Amino acid sequence: MEGIVGYGAYIPRNRIKVEEIAKVWGADAPSYKKGLMLEEKSVPSPDQDTITMAVEASKNALKRAKIDPLEIGAVYIGSESHPYAVKPSGTVLAEALGAIPEVHTADFEFACKAGTEGMFVALGLVKSGFIKYGLGVGADTSQGAPGDALEYSAAAGAAAFIFGKENIVAEIHETYAFMTDTPDFWRREYQYYPQHGGRFTGDPAYFKHVQGAALGIMKKAGMEPSDFTYVIFHQPNGKFPFRVGKMLGFKKEQIETGWLVNKLGNTYSGSSPLGLTAVLDIAKPGDKILLVSYGSGAGSDAFILEATKRIEEVQDLAAKTRSILEKNKKYLEYGEYAKFRRKIRKAE
Amino acid sequence: MPTPSRYWREIPQRYRLEANACKSCGIKFFPPRQICPECGNKELEPDKLAEKGKILTYTVIRVPPHQFVDQAPFAVGIVELEDGVKLTGQIVDCDFEDLKIGKEVKIEFRKISQEGESGILCYGYKFVPV
Ligand SMILES: [Zn+2]
Repeated sequence: MEGIVGYGAYIPRNRIKVEEIAKVWGADAPSYKKGLMLEEKSVPSPDQDTITMAVEASKNALKRAKIDPLEIGAVYIGSESHPYAVKPSGTVLAEALGAIPEVHTADFEFACKAGTEGMFVALGLVKSGFIKYGLGVGADTSQGAPGDALEYSAAAGAAAFIFGKENIVAEIHETYAFMTDTPDFWRREYQYYPQHGGRFTGDPAYFKHVQGAALGIMKKAGMEPSDFTYVIFHQPNGKFPFRVGKMLGFKKEQIETGWLVNKLGNTYSGSSPLGLTAVLDIAKPGDKILLVSYGSGAGSDAFILEATKRIEEVQDLAAKTRSILEKNKKYLEYGEYAKFRRKIRKAE
Repeated sequence: MPTPSRYWREIPQRYRLEANACKSCGIKFFPPRQICPECGNKELEPDKLAEKGKILTYTVIRVPPHQFVDQAPFAVGIVELEDGVKLTGQIVDCDFEDLKIGKEVKIEFRKISQEGESGILCYGYKFVPV
């Protein structure tokens, strides 16, 4: 039996409200807020990036797993904002945790799906018996082009999961992957901001792949929506998870617990993994959980989990995701946000 | 600016707060020492710094060394950690008016500096309010 041994989250304390961004671009804030079901988003401090957030989330996962970092055999970070073009993020993470040198490390990239990819591979190596523990992290400090619809949602955060076979807090019953080549969102080399296909990002992209993965994994496991206490879908905005949930036959109550996007924004590779941490924070033994990520390009990974008796022992061992999200916030004005995100061109 | 090799040598301390302690008198050293300066003992055991503490003193740097110009103004403090070790570092994610002697802080992993637009990124510890 394999599953999650420890999990952890990290969200920077800075926030910017939709109104503050809309004001600068002369956009209609109420229509954005309603259209995206989004109120504010997280913003990293200038000294934070995918690596620093991955380290903090992983330290929280270690607090819950209570294992020796030297027993971690694989460290994977999924992100579309790795700080280096060439040089791994994972080596810094493995070194900071003290998991070196006997550890396999790789950086994953697949738009917003990179986090669950790292989780998928770490879990697979644990299941095969190649390693005792594996760490999978989803982290991003994503940027939308100024004034683009993405600027209202592109946020920062990280979630980390340690997989193993002993002392697990959530067993993983099933995994499934669903993907096709779909150019709905991309960023070419040396380009600072991504491009997207507008409405094309909806039906043939997000909805097709999330539904494909959810239906596929439920069929494989012989389960249906009513079997799950919680479901987490990728959250590019507030509306999409509820809409796809309704299409699949899930109720609002199953989605709400892991739905963080209205106050967090889209944390890309961290999005559905952070939703899972919020669910694990309050899950009871026996609760069944469906997680479906989505990454443009395009594809979805799906996992079916079941919380074990140990879940309640570890929930308070590190900061809970909702409390990180709600406490100690600092609101930025657009100027400060633009400085933090290096959107202002300075003299060399 | 640290060269990659100097930065690399300090990774165990910058990333993992690796210290050591004298086996005979128990004093903790950061960075680790070969010989205890108090009792001359050569037997020291690996240890780690506590990750929480209180601000002993602080200042706000407005005219920093050139590699930190982008970050100015910023706060630097001496923090007494829970294990008694006094450590100097930047205090971030804290408005200057909220800085106080005795304020509880914890250590977080942050980017310390970067060598221009093309050099290495240097990571390490900073203090943030609890
Ligand atoms: Zn001594």
